[in-house]
Amino acid sequence: MKSHVYALIDCASFYVSCERAFAAILQKKPTIVLSNNDGCLVAVSPEARKLGLKRGQPFFKCQEIISQQNVQVFSSNYSLYQELSARVMAVVAEFSPLVEVFSIDEAWLDLTSVVTDDLTELGRTIQARVRQYTGIPTRVTIAPSKCLTKIACQLVRDDPQYDDVLDLTAFTAQQMDEALAQVAIENVFGIGRKYARFLRNYGIATARDLRDADERWIRKHLTVVGARIQLELKGVACIPLEIRHPPKRQLIHAKSFGRAVESREELVEAVSTYMARLGEKLREQEGLCGRITVFLHTNGFDPNAEQYANEFTIDLPHPTAFTPTLIKHALIGLEAIYRPGLQFKKVGVVLSKITPLPVVQVDLFGEVSLFENARQGRLMAIIDAINRIYGRETLLFAVQGITRSWKMRQGNLSGRYLSRWEELPTVT
Amino acid sequence: MMDNDLTTVLFLGTVSAGFPSPADDYQENRLDLNELVVPHPHTTYYMRVVGDSMTGACIYSHDIIVVDRAITATHKKIVVARLGDRFTLKRLWLMPPKIYLRPENPKYQPVEVTNHPDFEIFGVVTYCVQRVR
Repeated sequence: MKSHVYALIDCASFYVSCERAFAAILQKKPTIVLSNNDGCLVAVSPEARKLGLKRGQPFFKCQEIISQQNVQVFSSNYSLYQELSARVMAVVAEFSPLVEVFSIDEAWLDLTSVVTDDLTELGRTIQARVRQYTGIPTRVTIAPSKCLTKIACQLVRDDPQYDDVLDLTAFTAQQMDEALAQVAIENVFGIGRKYARFLRNYGIATARDLRDADERWIRKHLTVVGARIQLELKGVACIPLEIRHPPKRQLIHAKSFGRAVESREELVEAVSTYMARLGEKLREQEGLCGRITVFLHTNGFDPNAEQYANEFTIDLPHPTAFTPTLIKHALIGLEAIYRPGLQFKKVGVVLSKITPLPVVQVDLFGEVSLFENARQGRLMAIIDAINRIYGRETLLFAVQGITRSWKMRQGNLSGRYLSRWEELPTVT
Repeated sequence: MMDNDLTTVLFLGTVSAGFPSPADDYQENRLDLNELVVPHPHTTYYMRVVGDSMTGACIYSHDIIVVDRAITATHKKIVVARLGDRFTLKRLWLMPPKIYLRPENPKYQPVEVTNHPDFEIFGVVTYCVQRVR
């Protein structure tokens, strides 16, 4: 059997690259992008990393470095990142019809049937074309399994000699041993923190140790998941590309508020708005939901405030995708955990027990009317269609509120260069 | 399913009760400017022009230019280039071994970029959207 060839295309500090693609002034300047609500650092340019800034740090703790070193700060401009990501993926797809878009900034290509005798060269071509067409720099790593492409990506990140492209299929057995020995067990794709700690206790500290461990022992303690990773490290592909994403089993919408929120009315608006959005997503994947969870908490970073966090789960009597029903139950949940007089920082809703649409069970007592179900489905379909054509929230439920004073804070937002005529980049 | 429902609703208003139009069978899709101007949607970008350095090429301040990054920048193409910390719109002159960016306005001088340490082509300008007054 011919062995597989996979390429991992990974956009390095993607959000920063997106900002740079349209702002010449940012080249080589330390630049960071903040999370929703300007809470923490989610993307850090290499120049900013040298100043000691790291992903995940809370923004307010870095203010000093930022103002002293003139670090460029951006709020997350998700419409820009999403569009540039789609463009990167479209360029990548020119090289193979088999693509798995793994996240906003990573994709795998199946290159098994691509005829070439120099995969490194092909990797450079992919990298150069993505750069030319989108302005986004990438790392391209090639290997006989997905897990090994991830390993190669680590090597490329840590060693500038590879110049961001690496083909592991060209490695000799000895080079491979050395490469795998450099990668800590925590950084092996698919090995969680818990398993990593467990393996370290048994002296398995690197990717190489895991590859060479006793297969039966791995299978016994790490189940079939661990056995697959071990095989992948040996160069046997056994985690196939996921070309079509399976429908999500759980949908979550949660955001931090722009400011502390105390009033019940504002929480009701937020929960209803999140629920309406999730209802849309649920219907998009043609699902029904059977369980709703609502949670909220106060600002854990504020040492002076009274702290409180709670959640409430409701099992729906009948699975549904009807937004008014979803909102009604979510608000019952909110009512159960709301405490007056507290400063809330975040609220969120989760839909779970999601089933595909056609299995509506008629119940013995006739509470579910098929006629009523069809009517609700039609109403939602029309609302969704109108919102799709005329823009999000053209039609909304009154309980979602109009002013939204609790909404996200985005103090340093760049232009929506690819989606608004009035925000185009300028050229002189 | 949903799309069909919607189409039905839209058409309800326009069905005429009289004779069917003899032109019905000859209906074609309406002309779409995107087909002409944007052959490569995922490599096309739009930018707003500021300044008068390209008026000789009929590109004026406030115009919107269409920039295609998939086209190779060759001699005499109008390009958007990054020169250090700004984007600039000029005509590219490749005169080996030298490279120039030439404005199309006698007020300004060409810029030699042959050994510029921080010069990069952003894309090639293919169209210019201009309101006619």
